[in-house]
Formats: sequence, structure tokens, C-alpha cells
Amino acid sequence: MERQIILAVGREFGSAGHEAAEILAKRHGMMFLDHALLQNVAAEKNIDLNLLMQYDEKPKNHFLSRTVAGYTTALEEHVARIQFDYLKNLADKGKSFVVVGRCAEFVLKDHPAMLSVFVLGDKKTKCKRIMEKYDLSEEEALKMMKRKDASRRNYHNYYCDGKWGDSRNYDLCINGSKIGVEGIVEIIDHLIRQRMEQ
Amino acid sequence: MLAQVLAVMIFVLMFGLIVSEKIERQWVSLGCGGLMLIVVFGICMRSGEAVRKTLNVGELATAGFWYAKGAAESASSGINWATILFIAGMMIMVEGMGKAGFFRWLCLRIAKAVRYRAIPILITFMLMSFVLSMFIDSITVILFLAAVTVELGELLNFSPVPVILAEVFCANLGGSSTMCGDPPNIIIGTALGYTFGDFVTNTGVLAAVSLLAILFYFYFCFRKMLGEKKGVQVKKEYPEPVSAIKNKKDFAMSCVIFGLAVILLVTHAMTGLTVASIGIGIAILTLLSAGREAAGLLKKVDYKTLLFFIGLFVVVGGLEETGILKRVADLIEMISGDNVYVMIGIVLWISAGASAFVDNIPFAATMIPVIRSLAQATGLDLSVLAWTLAMGTDVGGSATPIGASANVVGISIASQNGHMIGWKKYCKYLVPATIIVMLIGMAGIFVRYL
Repeated sequence: MERQIILAVGREFGSAGHEAAEILAKRHGMMFLDHALLQNVAAEKNIDLNLLMQYDEKPKNHFLSRTVAGYTTALEEHVARIQFDYLKNLADKGKSFVVVGRCAEFVLKDHPAMLSVFVLGDKKTKCKRIMEKYDLSEEEALKMMKRKDASRRNYHNYYCDGKWGDSRNYDLCINGSKIGVEGIVEIIDHLIRQRMEQ
Repeated sequence: MLAQVLAVMIFVLMFGLIVSEKIERQWVSLGCGGLMLIVVFGICMRSGEAVRKTLNVGELATAGFWYAKGAAESASSGINWATILFIAGMMIMVEGMGKAGFFRWLCLRIAKAVRYRAIPILITFMLMSFVLSMFIDSITVILFLAAVTVELGELLNFSPVPVILAEVFCANLGGSSTMCGDPPNIIIGTALGYTFGDFVTNTGVLAAVSLLAILFYFYFCFRKMLGEKKGVQVKKEYPEPVSAIKNKKDFAMSCVIFGLAVILLVTHAMTGLTVASIGIGIAILTLLSAGREAAGLLKKVDYKTLLFFIGLFVVVGGLEETGILKRVADLIEMISGDNVYVMIGIVLWISAGASAFVDNIPFAATMIPVIRSLAQATGLDLSVLAWTLAMGTDVGGSATPIGASANVVGISIASQNGHMIGWKKYCKYLVPATIIVMLIGMAGIFVRYL
């Protein structure tokens, strides 16, 4: 691939956004960053990966943390900032990659290679997908969906100026329930190719 | 009664908003201070006198504010301008020292002196943290110490976490030993009229004894983690201390000014110069020596903290003027009966417990009128309660990651570099350390004063 492309995929839990992003990364031979981003950070900085995972994409706990003169005890915030720096560094080096979540659409919004997508879905379809994937009852799947989405929303809205899932903050928003994973992949793929041809 | 209820509501609102961090704390304290002045003093009490006493601006025009032979007790519990001016002055001095490379030079010099070995670095950095925090605010001390510790950890292949935890604890302990070491002590000293010497010979002695115990404690806790690693020894390039000095003239000046500040503080009871005069004098000297860069130094002063103090003093002044703090004092007196041991225990452990979770500065400011009332009611020497309050608030903050500013800065610098320090890891080592020092402090106060 000649032209640098950075694809940032935000997603609702169960919307198949993660899966679509992974397929696109493989198709275009781009680096895929989800939890793997933390693996890279942990390996680079010689940190315990499990410790980082504990605080990944979690909103900060206001009652158990304190900020003084810009310094904070919130480990969620440190893990987030370490990842943001890693993404910025990678983008500045001219690498192409697909990143899922991690406020990437905001962190890299001014980067010329940036394409941002948000994948959402109907409650019913997402619930069915979660039930199948995690072998859960409908009630458990709904609870899990609610909890995960709330956590992602809080995390995103704490670090970013725009709201999570607000169409004004993304180049493209797709409801995956109507078209399935393949449909999501094809639409985003079209966007990537158009961008590459420009 | 309505004024009291409203004053408490404003106080609780202020604490809640500070903890939530939704709004910057200086705006919270100033907003709540404004509410206290308008709603409680203006509308409920209709007392211009209460407003005047709380704003306390007239104090600045008195000769005793700038020059007082011996020590002068502040007449009002409102805005403590001496504390604010002193802290502002020290902030300017510390900015100048940091810019000249003083702290980094000192850290590297000591690391070189102990031949870059982890355990001697632990011990010497603990001592350095304690000594520097006696004169400089603990945020600055930890800012430089923790950064160099992380750098040395990477270079020498040891985890910086144990060393940073020990440094943080010693910074808080060192801060408790002098009048200017920790903001609660400056507030206690200026409000109740104690000198630098009074602190050193009272809380200083308790802190020094505690330091000995703590050196052993941390050594035994961390010796295995920091032990010499066997394996292939790689010859490393160690940073030269002199590389930290950015400008020799600035460095020499910052050393002279720091030395002068220490001398003036140690001798202020003899010279008659108050801490406000010393703070302003040191700031002027630093700015003059900085020349063209003076404006840059002024810009770096943490005005947010100074504004926070102003608002805070107004809110606490509201609690005092409405009689709430007298009620708290009466409650402590009632619980302890006539037993001074119980009273000291309550003040010490409540101060420590509260400071472990909330900012110790508002707590200390709130408790000063309380201990004043307690001393009046029981006949117990006020100074004994003052040392108890200082030890409780200064050291109690060490127990949790959020208890004191030094803890926050230390954890933040370690975590920024990938060395995550969570509640569990922090409390595992620092809660026992805090309890050890509190017990030493309590025993010391019982034996020496009662």
C-alpha cells in the first residue's frame, strides 16, 4: 500500500464493528490495533500486559482518583494516554493501520490520512449476536450490552470533545444490522479505495 | 440556625465538587466562598463585621503582618494572607531552582555518590526527599525525584515503584517537621503564632524519630525487589550531574537564594521577619536574579492553588463565624470527657483518617478553630493540640494514593512511564508505614507533653 491510510472504527457493543475492522485490516494488509495495541505498548515498555488490560477503555473513577496540577492517580487515564501517544507516534511515522475504539477518531482527527467510521446496530440484532458469541441468555446479553456501551460512552466522552456515536464526529456512520458484517466491510472498503485513489 | 445550616451546606457542596473534579477546584472554592459571603454573612447574618473579619484585608496593612518579634497569632481565622504570600514566594523560588537544574543535579550527584546502586539510592533518596520537603513543597520535590528515579530505574534495571513510594512517604513526613514543609503547617503556624523553631523542636523531633523507623521499614520491605541482579554486567553510560546544570550563573544564584531562604526561615523568630516577608523577599530576589526571564517565572506560578486557598479560607471562615466549628469542638470534648489522652487520640486519628481521603489543607484550616476552642474549654496547652493536628494531617495523607499532593504526583509520574501504581500496591506498603508513624507520633505526644 502506497498511500497512508488510518481507519478508526468506533462501535457499539455487538454491532460487528470490531469484526469488520479486522477483516478490512487483513484485506489491505494493514496493522490491526485493538487489545493488540496494549500488547505492543507492554512489550515496548516492559510492562505487565494484564495490568494494562485491567484499565483499558474504562472511564476514570472520580471517587478513587485525584488530580493535582495536571497529575492524576487515575490509572485508566494513564493507560488511555499511553495508547493515544502510541497511536500518534505510529501515525507520525507514516504507518497505515486500523484501530478499534480508543478515541482514535478524536486523537488523530487532524491527521490527513484519517478515516473515521462508527458502526451501530439495532438492539435486537446486537443482542442476538452477543447471545451467540458469548453463549448468554437474552437478559444477560442485554445487561452486558448496556454495561459495555455505557463504559465506552463514558470513556470516550471523558477524553474527547465530541460525543460517542455522534454522527458529526465521524466520516461515516453505518447501521450494521441491516447489511451484516460483509455489508459493513464493503461500504468501508469502498471508502478506503476512494481515498486511496484521490 | 439557618446561617449554620447554609454554611454547612456550602462547605459540603465545596467538598463534593472538589472530589468530583467536574469544575477546577479554585473556581469551586471561590464560588463557594462568594456564596458564603453573600448568602450566609450578607442575607442571613447581615453582618458586615463578619465579612470584614473573613476577608481580613486590613491585616496586610499592619506592621505585625510583616515584622513581629517572636511570633504573632493571627487575629482572624479568615483569609490567611501570610500563608498565601509565603507559598507564592516559595513557588517563584522553586521555579527558579528547577529552571536552573538544581533538583536534577542534586539527584544525579547523590546517585553518583552511591555509585548508582539501587538500595543505597533508595536510602539516600528517602533522606533527600525528607530534607528537601522540610523547606520546599512536596509536589516539586517529588516531581524531580520521581522523574530521576524512573530514569535511573530504566538505566540500572530496577523497578522505580518501591523507591517512588518511599520518596512520597518521606516527602510527607519531612513536610510535617517544619513550619513551611506542608501547607497545613504554614496555616497552623501563622494562625496560631508558632515559629519555625517551634515546629522543628516539636513535630520535627517526632518526624526525625519516625524517619529512622521508616528507613528500616522500607529497607526491609523493598530490599529483595531492589537487590543486585545477577547476570551479565553491561557497561552503561551514566548521566553526569553537571549535565543537569543549564546555566552556571543561574544555578549558583538559585543555590544562594535557597540557602538564604533556609537561614531566614530558621532564624525568623530572632530576626522578627514574618513568613510573609520572607516569602515576598525571596520571590523578589529570585525575580531580580532571573532578569529578562522574570516574566516567564511569574507566569509559571500556580495561581490556581493560590486562588483555591483564598476561597477555602472564606468558606472555613463562614463555618467559624456561624459557630459550627465550636459545635464540633464541643462534640469532641463531650466524647473525650476530661481525658486528654482520648482527646489527643481523637484529634490525631480523625485528622489522619480524614487526610487520607480528603485534601488535608481544607481539613487543617477547618480544624484550627476547633482545637482553639478545645484548648480554651479544657485548659490543655494549645500547642500540644497543634502538633497533634500537624502530625495527623501531614502524615495521614500518606496512607492512600489520593491523600496528599505528593502521592498524586509520584503515582502519576510512575504511571506515565508505564509503572502503574494502583490502590492495592500503594496501600500495601504505605498504610502500615502511616500507622507506624502515627503510633510513634501518638506515643511521643503522650510521653513528652502529657
